[in-house]
Amino acid sequence: MHDIDRTKDVNLENYQTDAENHQYVEELTTIDETDARQFLDVGVDTRKSGRSGTFIQMDKSVIHCQSCAEGVEVMGISQAREKYEWLSDYMWKSVSPEVDKFTTLAARSAHEGYFIRSRAGVVVEAPVQACLYIAKEGFAQSVHNIVIAEPGSTLHIITGCATSPHLVSGLHVGISEFYVQKGAKLIFTMIHDWGEKVNVRPRTVTHVEEGGVIISNYISLGPVGSLQMYPTTYLDGRGAVARYNSVLVAGKGAHLDVGSRVVLNAPETRAEIISRSVTSGGTIIARGDLVGKVAGIKAHLECKGLILNDGLMKAVPELEGHVPDVEMSHEAAVGRINRDEIEYLMARGLDEESAVSTIVRGFLNVDIEGLPANLREKLDQAILKTQESIV
Amino acid sequence: MLLIEELAVEVGGKPILKNVNMEIPKGETHILFGPNGSGKTSLLMTIMGFGGYVVTRGRIVFKGEDITRMPIYERARLGVGISFQRPPTINGLKTRSIVEICARGREIDVEKLSEKLNFKNFLDRDVNHNFSGGEIKRSELLQLMAQQPDLVLLDEPESGVDLESIVLLGETINTLLGRGLSQPTVLPHKDVIASRAKSALVITHTGHILDYITADKGHVLYNGRVRCSRNAREILKWIREYGYEECVKCTI
Repeated sequence: MHDIDRTKDVNLENYQTDAENHQYVEELTTIDETDARQFLDVGVDTRKSGRSGTFIQMDKSVIHCQSCAEGVEVMGISQAREKYEWLSDYMWKSVSPEVDKFTTLAARSAHEGYFIRSRAGVVVEAPVQACLYIAKEGFAQSVHNIVIAEPGSTLHIITGCATSPHLVSGLHVGISEFYVQKGAKLIFTMIHDWGEKVNVRPRTVTHVEEGGVIISNYISLGPVGSLQMYPTTYLDGRGAVARYNSVLVAGKGAHLDVGSRVVLNAPETRAEIISRSVTSGGTIIARGDLVGKVAGIKAHLECKGLILNDGLMKAVPELEGHVPDVEMSHEAAVGRINRDEIEYLMARGLDEESAVSTIVRGFLNVDIEGLPANLREKLDQAILKTQESIV
Repeated sequence: MLLIEELAVEVGGKPILKNVNMEIPKGETHILFGPNGSGKTSLLMTIMGFGGYVVTRGRIVFKGEDITRMPIYERARLGVGISFQRPPTINGLKTRSIVEICARGREIDVEKLSEKLNFKNFLDRDVNHNFSGGEIKRSELLQLMAQQPDLVLLDEPESGVDLESIVLLGETINTLLGRGLSQPTVLPHKDVIASRAKSALVITHTGHILDYITADKGHVLYNGRVRCSRNAREILKWIREYGYEECVKCTI
């Protein structure tokens, strides 16, 4: 009934690789209200309040781009390549165009993407917001993103991906190469809200140098045709840290194959992967792979899934130790909600439906570092909304 | 308030309660004694309506309404409240939130309530997550304080609690039942009791809790049957002196 492998479904020939140009928008407040609402749902605020920069791409056009913090650069990738010749040293260095047909597509015809850089020593708490938006029916949007957190800097990025509400079919391919340099910290939160038949193939690789930290949060609560991603992080320098959180909800017809892989290449590196997923009529494959290459590393993986009513949930936690002195563990659980928990809440006066939704909300409520307060509220609301449609 | 008639209950196809008859009038606190496995906890669970406790005979009447087949939450809303011995952990749900759930929209001061129970530091922790025995007791009582049930079911409120905390728990239970002495009032004692007193059914193994709360009556549950109903302290003395087997002889 629910198929495990639907990743082969995408036929590139069904998509158009070109789209009309959208005009650049100086004042974000003039953006069409329906679109603005879609942006907001994925954490991108057109009023730009509390943001240190904004990048918005619609189909293949960068429609807005601005940095409002000293030491933080935000621009379209083609503009950045013109400005900085050295950028070619960072492009296609971590991801190879030969990985699969999607990377090949992006190498052949990339439509922009963002370049975000925090300069050495700059600490900016307010996040840069980036939005990748598909408006054209049947469009294959492929972008190439580069993020560089220079030594000692702190950079927050919220990336929201969405489609216009009426869009039926689309493909999004995103090549992302992130570089967290010595002692830098990158907090990257990605929120997806795609259409029911949109296929999504992000390809992300992150390199972290000595003492650097990457915190990556991924949230997908809305419908999506199929999503497949397995971002890989290499902890290359001593004491580097990676933390991955993902919160996934798959409704009817959705197919999510999502994992994170962290390769611990240097001593004293730490990694933690936490994934919480709920399926109600959809398929979720939650993967996690930790690879310990040297002695003295520590890594933990937690993969928990709930199946409500029906759906398919597959947890694939993997640990790979290459030397004796590694400390690696995992915890995986798949199942339904414990009856005792439901009845406990019912004894406090909640009817069964409310008890179930309260438990699911709690289950998905991982403490996500770096989530701005208004986004936290948004997430709560989104989970609540998801709940109503599930129960 | 609560009337139980000829109640028989099965758990997993096995008869646990064979014939239970009991009446708890409004405002009275009754104590339930009985050896391990006699069905005390099952009786409480059946009154609350938990799944797995199948009533095969008899009925439970609360506030004049037959609640024998009523869903748990309706009983809760009607005024039945229970403290769990081993409540489940609910990940991601903060203790503060469950206390608010218990209040069901009534205005309550969670901070103040929790302060009284020395439990303020736990409000932002997940419900029951890594709570010690004593912390669970306080968490359960805090929830009941917010819920304000008219019939309180307590399963061994003193077990696993140190002597210092038992005083605090006893006081809280008295407040919960509207029988605390610390309630300032201009009304005569009898009026305070009449307007506020809640009913309660309390399981105790050791009887220690009797030093802290006022019991109006005791019942001995033995092998699925209520074998004796009389003054709680008297029952406790008999059990301490002669054991359960001797105690229930008077009904054989």
